Amino acid sequence: MAEITSPTLSTGTASAPATGTARVKRGMAEMLKGGVIMDVVTPEQAKIAEDAGAVAVMALERVPADIRAQGGVSRMSDPDMIDGIINTVSIPVMAKARIGHFVEARVLQALGVDYVDESEVLTPADYANHIDKWAFTVPFVCGATNLGEALRRITEGAAMIRSKGEAGTGDVSNATTHMRRIRAEIKRLTSLPEDELYVAAKELQAPYELVREVAQAGKLPVVLFTAGGIATPADAAMMMQLGAEGVFVGSGIFKSGNPAQRAAAIVKATTFHDDPDVIAKVSRGLGEAMVGINVDDIPQPHRLAERGW
Amino acid sequence: MSARSEGAPASGPRIGVFALQGDVREHLRALESCGASATAVRRPSELDSVEALVVPGGESTTMSKLSIEFGLIEPIRKRIAGGMPVYGSCAGMIMLAERVLDGRPDQESFGGIDMTVRRNAFGRQVDSFEGPVTLSPFDDPFHAVFIRAPWVESVGEGVEVIGRAAGRIVAVRQGSLLATAFHPELTGDPRVHRHFVEMVRAALNVTEG
Repeated sequence: MAEITSPTLSTGTASAPATGTARVKRGMAEMLKGGVIMDVVTPEQAKIAEDAGAVAVMALERVPADIRAQGGVSRMSDPDMIDGIINTVSIPVMAKARIGHFVEARVLQALGVDYVDESEVLTPADYANHIDKWAFTVPFVCGATNLGEALRRITEGAAMIRSKGEAGTGDVSNATTHMRRIRAEIKRLTSLPEDELYVAAKELQAPYELVREVAQAGKLPVVLFTAGGIATPADAAMMMQLGAEGVFVGSGIFKSGNPAQRAAAIVKATTFHDDPDVIAKVSRGLGEAMVGINVDDIPQPHRLAERGW
Repeated sequence: MSARSEGAPASGPRIGVFALQGDVREHLRALESCGASATAVRRPSELDSVEALVVPGGESTTMSKLSIEFGLIEPIRKRIAGGMPVYGSCAGMIMLAERVLDGRPDQESFGGIDMTVRRNAFGRQVDSFEGPVTLSPFDDPFHAVFIRAPWVESVGEGVEVIGRAAGRIVAVRQGSLLATAFHPELTGDPRVHRHFVEMVRAALNVTEG
């Protein structure tokens, strides 16, 4: 919902400037394209991420690998920690809220974060409803495993989509599956005759108008990033080649042996994702990658990608 | 120094879009729609093949860092000094500023426009806005999208201010260099890109005598 603010443009025209519009929210994500957004839990980590060339940082209470290891309910980060991160870096600061937890999202908006991630990595607060994201000035990014899920999130007001992958594993296979699936489902829509889009919308459980828009444009109406299990420069580059417009890295950086160097390497590999020479060069001497867990070894109820619907 | 090669398409000037990070695709599309032949530039060799450059919206600290590490910053500075036309939107405006406020201590810009730009001056994302702006080259107001936008704090004598919003300078021109704090590539209004393509054509005609 557009919210009209007071500062007047010196144009003398009647229409006032508007904040929180779909264009302003989606446009913010466009500016992050080709970049890497890094999970951080402290201002110190945020500084390392900014030094490495991150386009934004994502504040959360614990990185997904620790959430897995320690268990328990995981929630929005402490406001003091978020303030500390905002005051430490000059790049955009995103923060995670629990699925359906509209009050956590309100708090994050009040703190001045630049994007809210309604994230399956945290413990869901509502197992039926996601947040009505149109009701906010701050934009939202949401995870998706397939096109229908992405379109439902966009219908609720998400201004950016990321693959879910399987966070906190260092196993990129689920992110690969999600990116390939979303890409294939978009491609299929573009090949359908117009009169079959009604049934396609029904099957995708998404509004017909949005399905038609995707069929005509051959892409989502918002930016599509990848996330979940990215641990190496080559992982990031592969995701870009599979159609991601940018990369979220969670545990992969700060659970590795040399976070600063790995972070910088992933940034470079994302920019030169199609240049194996650059990827080879930046991949040298990075030290230990995060140890990782195979997704197959995680019992079904503990898989984060299956949260959200 | 940017003499047009024999093989250049007759369709229009060859304009590169700085593509280490940012909304590159939107600028490529806008330039193509204005009759330019647009191409992404990530390497010095790709810079050599274009006659003009657009620096897109994005994260200026990331652009600064990557352009140093991948050896683009000095070649771009040299081309700007040699008269190459450049247009920068938002982060691109910051990259064209001689002086940047509220940047990182190690942040470098290409420079070229004698101005001081304040980064994220309009505020954080919740303050990002869209609205009409009067730009002196155009008759009708331009619907402008400002995203964590900078503004121009002050300009030197040779800089022409061509647009203001909320009392702040948001569009400037100096010689063949053009910069806006907003993102015309997001709205589908081709006038700013068309204006830049005309600036490029004029500059190339002068170069070629």
